[in-house]
Amino acid sequence: MKTSLKLSVATLVLSASTAALAQKSTADGIAEYRKMLEDGNPAELFEAKGEALWKEPRGPKKASLERCDLGLGPGVVKGAWVQMPRFFADTGRVQDLESRLLTCMETLQGFNAAEIAKTGFDKGEQATLTALAAWISTESRGQKMALPQNHAEEKRFYELGKRAFFFRGGPMDFSCASCHGEAGKRIRLQDLPDLTKNPGDGIGFAAWPAYRVSSGEMWSMQRRLNDCYRQQRFPYPGFASDVTIALGVYMGVNAKGAESIAPAIKR
Amino acid sequence: MADPMRIRAQAAGDKTTVRVLMSHEMETGQRKDAAGKVIPAWFIQEVTATHNGKPVLSAQWGPAVSKNPFLQFVVKGAKAGDKIAVSWVDNKGDKRTDEATVS
Repeated sequence: MKTSLKLSVATLVLSASTAALAQKSTADGIAEYRKMLEDGNPAELFEAKGEALWKEPRGPKKASLERCDLGLGPGVVKGAWVQMPRFFADTGRVQDLESRLLTCMETLQGFNAAEIAKTGFDKGEQATLTALAAWISTESRGQKMALPQNHAEEKRFYELGKRAFFFRGGPMDFSCASCHGEAGKRIRLQDLPDLTKNPGDGIGFAAWPAYRVSSGEMWSMQRRLNDCYRQQRFPYPGFASDVTIALGVYMGVNAKGAESIAPAIKR
Repeated sequence: MADPMRIRAQAAGDKTTVRVLMSHEMETGQRKDAAGKVIPAWFIQEVTATHNGKPVLSAQWGPAVSKNPFLQFVVKGAKAGDKIAVSWVDNKGDKRTDEATVS
């Protein structure tokens, strides 16, 4: 009697430890897979395209984007990405990278920003935006997220983003926080970062734009958010809409000090 | 006109590791679009690499290779300053050649 009890306890301990081991090796396996892919991240192809598009005279006004102000002065690209979204005095709005690029494409190049915002992802000028975002984020690779929070509008957007993050609704009564509100959650094999605080270097907000291997597509943050809303069965609030920018402010400010690895590579 | 490749060639000892990223759709011909119509096959069929003009690699590819493919190979005897050129031809006859200098 005594022996059999001891035996069962031993088996229990053994099975528990093997389960933990198996789980760890799964996560390790994914990390290893990512490392292998990093060597040939196709995001590089988009970076090259984005850099060329930035310098090329385009649009009805035949102008390049080299005078575009991303918050650090006209034409300054290095370090701009880790300080966005931020308040821009000329438009009087808090803008993320994509919405700011829309402004520049309209004012400098003469494109119709509203029309581009309505275009489907990866089509027409939306593909241009994605390539530009890939290159601009590369120029801030390795820097730490440092979104400004000095302007009243920036603070208001943080609060707005927080509300949007915790706002539950839709047919599944989901919010962003349902998946990203606590640590240690995952969907299938994907670890889900807790975005209510700093998730760490190169995780969450500090990892987008990213190349998705499964679909062979480059995704900007706007597209990432669009898919989050789709998964929640929410209607998308619209490309470069205030609510998506506010979510960017919320996640970006929370990630303060995290190192940006964008453009990253995802499964 | 196809987008440029990214080629990196790094020498270590008498071996040079070449890493190539190609920009290509690599459509298998098995997928259907939203309207249910088959998307025609479109993929790289032939890949060749030369070291200072001398062929060092020749490969035949098919639809099983991923979109935006990554290729890595080692060239023996290539030194810093040498030229490595990579070319591909797809099933539509479109082609692209890019060159890199070994560093």
